[in-house]
Amino acid sequence: MAYLIEGTSGDWEVVIGLEIHAQIVSEAKLFSGAATAFGAPPNAQVSLVDAAMPGMLPVINEHCVAMAVRTGLGLNAEINLTSVFERKNYFYADLPAGYQISQYAQPVVGEGTVILDLADGSTPTVGIERLHMEMDAGKSLHDQDPRRTFIDLNRSGVALMEIVSKPDMRSPEEAGAYLRKVRSIVRYLGTCDGNMEEGSLRCDVNVSVRHPGEDLRTRTEVKNVNSVRFAMQAIEYEANRQVEAYEAGGDVVQETRLFDAGKGETRTMRSKEYAHDYRYFPDPDLLPLVLSQDYVDAIKADLPELPDQRKDRYMASDGLTAYDAGVLVAEKETADYFERVAKGRDAKTAANWVTGALFGTLNRLDLAITESPVTADDLGRLLDLIADDTISGRIAKDVFDAMVETGKEPAAIVEEKGLRQITDIGAIEAAIDGIMAANADQVAQFQGGNEKVIGWFVGQVMKATQGKANPQTVNALLRRKLETEKQP
Amino acid sequence: MTDPLTALTLAQARDGLASGDFTSEELTRAHSGAVEAARDLNLFITETPELALERAQASDTRRAKDAAAGPMDGIPIAVKDLFCTEGVLTTAGSHILDGFTPTYESTVTANLRAAGAVMVGKTNLDEFAMGSANVTSYYGPAKNPWSTGDGKDRVPGGSSGGSAAAVAAHLCSASIGTDTGGSIRQPASFSGIVGLKPTYGRCSRWGIVAFASSLDQAGPLTRTVRDAAIMLGAMAGHDAKDSTSAPVEKPDFEAALGGGVRGLKVGIPREYRIDSTPGEIETLWQQGIEWLKDAGAEPVDVALPHTKYALPTYYIVAPAEASSNLARYDGVRFGLRVPGETLDEMYENTRGEGFGAEVRRRVLIGTYVLSAGYYDAYYVKAQKVRTLIARDFKKAFETVDVILTPTAPSAAFAIGEKMDDPIAMYLNDVFTVPASLAGLPAISVPAGLDPQGLPLGLHLIGRPFDEETVLRAAEALETAARFDTKPAYLEGA
Repeated sequence: MAYLIEGTSGDWEVVIGLEIHAQIVSEAKLFSGAATAFGAPPNAQVSLVDAAMPGMLPVINEHCVAMAVRTGLGLNAEINLTSVFERKNYFYADLPAGYQISQYAQPVVGEGTVILDLADGSTPTVGIERLHMEMDAGKSLHDQDPRRTFIDLNRSGVALMEIVSKPDMRSPEEAGAYLRKVRSIVRYLGTCDGNMEEGSLRCDVNVSVRHPGEDLRTRTEVKNVNSVRFAMQAIEYEANRQVEAYEAGGDVVQETRLFDAGKGETRTMRSKEYAHDYRYFPDPDLLPLVLSQDYVDAIKADLPELPDQRKDRYMASDGLTAYDAGVLVAEKETADYFERVAKGRDAKTAANWVTGALFGTLNRLDLAITESPVTADDLGRLLDLIADDTISGRIAKDVFDAMVETGKEPAAIVEEKGLRQITDIGAIEAAIDGIMAANADQVAQFQGGNEKVIGWFVGQVMKATQGKANPQTVNALLRRKLETEKQP
Repeated sequence: MTDPLTALTLAQARDGLASGDFTSEELTRAHSGAVEAARDLNLFITETPELALERAQASDTRRAKDAAAGPMDGIPIAVKDLFCTEGVLTTAGSHILDGFTPTYESTVTANLRAAGAVMVGKTNLDEFAMGSANVTSYYGPAKNPWSTGDGKDRVPGGSSGGSAAAVAAHLCSASIGTDTGGSIRQPASFSGIVGLKPTYGRCSRWGIVAFASSLDQAGPLTRTVRDAAIMLGAMAGHDAKDSTSAPVEKPDFEAALGGGVRGLKVGIPREYRIDSTPGEIETLWQQGIEWLKDAGAEPVDVALPHTKYALPTYYIVAPAEASSNLARYDGVRFGLRVPGETLDEMYENTRGEGFGAEVRRRVLIGTYVLSAGYYDAYYVKAQKVRTLIARDFKKAFETVDVILTPTAPSAAFAIGEKMDDPIAMYLNDVFTVPASLAGLPAISVPAGLDPQGLPLGLHLIGRPFDEETVLRAAEALETAARFDTKPAYLEGA
């Protein structure tokens, strides 16, 4: 379904490109040995280099280079064996050196692709333009004092990857799916923790509109959006704003805008005429970054299974539907959980329980899979109890709820509550006999050809056995007895 | 009365300390006294006599236990005030670094400290090492101990003017400077001493206030070639904290001396014969060729065709890097802050007052050549020319071992001259800049006097990381020149 905005001058198509800033998982900063842990007191993690003291020099953190290459490979991208760090010059109080070290003309990673998993099952491809490494700036705290601005340099020098997409997305939904997919990939790779609340992953959204088939029109850039939902809202707002501007006979100016999450709208931050001239030039303190093909190959050989590969495997070997497989692989932790449950068990049943009962519970309690009150091993044990007829699927739901409540393992709950399934045929027959004797009318109805009444009998028997009777057994015995009664 | 201990070369002082003729404390007190007595020359921004005494006594204690750290142990040296020194004010000759006392020690001064050298003070320099006469210092011009009797004070050259003049005036056994386009070699020539710029990457730049990162290199200023070899040995070495520091072996530079130059091929670049060169410079150059020939070397004509573009190239590349390197002096974290109503106003006030005219000029030039629309025409073009200049040298060194040129186009001029003409000032670097752009080791050796009795140097350029050959050829020049005239300041004392 194409996403189009209706206008008086015809339909409008939205063209979207994303720049994702992903913090590299690293104990130390990109060019200094200072620590990077989130939440430290202001200016507790600042080296002489990060504070740009006179005479200080950057030295590249090799771990961060490996992480960037690993990410590039995970995005099916070209790795540039020679790349260059440049200085992006501008003055700001939280940029101590007066320049940010970044990659510009020659980034470490070139073109790649990301495959999206949309809700309708379609899987469009979005192109990656490039990935480059850069250092983060510090933070200006304007709200600590009425007159002064405080500077926290803890983030100064923290290693970031900027992942730039091609303008390949055409709807807020696609942009959201892209952002989620890139987040999923970097989390599988372990190169970025993907935590958008702490700012480890944030994005700039480039939006323009046009009539389908036209050349690209002027774009605006919405800076520093820190959730998937906000990104989608910002795009929707921005696209409609631009359409309105054109349709009112006006124009869209190239500018940087901010997203106000409270109001759900974007507003001007700075327009092009105030745009900085960053005066990029190669940083003379750093030599060009030269990698060998062997180095890249070694990183490639060490790549984990990525979400697309995992999804294919779930569909091919486990027989899961594309939808279930897609849902399960989106978060690495979910996929890992699922695999633990499914190990040695029926994969489809495992998938049903994880996407059904477990997801429902996690949603209700607002918990992440890593915080699940039911461990994967316990859920597996519950499935085992169903498989070996200790309990029925219906009882299993109750056991699951009790597991959520108490955190106890399923066998203990079954014993404690006496939920063990009645497999003793004699006991079930006795129950059936009693019910048939007491309900001659219903027996007569069955014998008169009303097959449906058997459901009522099943219900009565289950009630009489507190649900512990095996439903299949009940069904078979009932049918046999009712059929037998029919015989004159 | 000057103390005879101050007349010793570094090698003589080393030998005297080793044989127990005097202590480091005696040697250091003599030099600290000389520093104090020479205040009218304005060679030091900060004198550190107490620190020097403490380190001298520590050196004597080590020596008493037979645990002297090496040839530099106990030797009084002066340090250009561009090196960050732990606990000692570091100014870069600029108002903008007011009150800046580093908590860290530059790698080069740390190496020297570890070798036992005793710092007597931080020397005057052109602001941020930008200048060729030591007249742009916020702390006032340094004066050359050499004069002609015309009553005019002479510049000691720059930017390492204080360091060069301090060695010439016997205020320290040796000193260290930095050379970006000639800032060690030109003042060495103006002050009648030896100045060595090592290969780019030989000495760590960590902790040196940066001027132009791709050119800056620390080196020794000494009274003899041997002293330069000893001092370089204590300064150099690979440093993981500087990505441009070269992971190469450090040879025993002093051991390279004494070998002579028999059979050495000495390149004479015809492009260095420029019309404006005074006759005495040309004559001295010819004399240098003769001396080396007499010592058994073979002069060979070489072509360095891109030489004429070196100076304009340098004055694009160096200011470009400087404009970015100096952005950190913004009044936010250290040094001078001149308040303003807004952040931008604070920047403007601080940098406007904190930087002198020459620094502001170069920041503006550098900003301009990096700007959108000009970057390709200036910066990119200059980088290409720089590559061609380096290629010229590489080609020349296929046939010669070392290249001989004059160091500077003139002797020391009077303070105040060339002040209104930046181009004339920049021309001082015309012979030294090409080697800087190519990252090559080069040395200035005092070789003669101009008609007014002011010293002139000859300049030798070598292959990358071949300081040994440069030192060997320099020793041959030194031996032949027998330069032993003392500056008027010492003669008069």
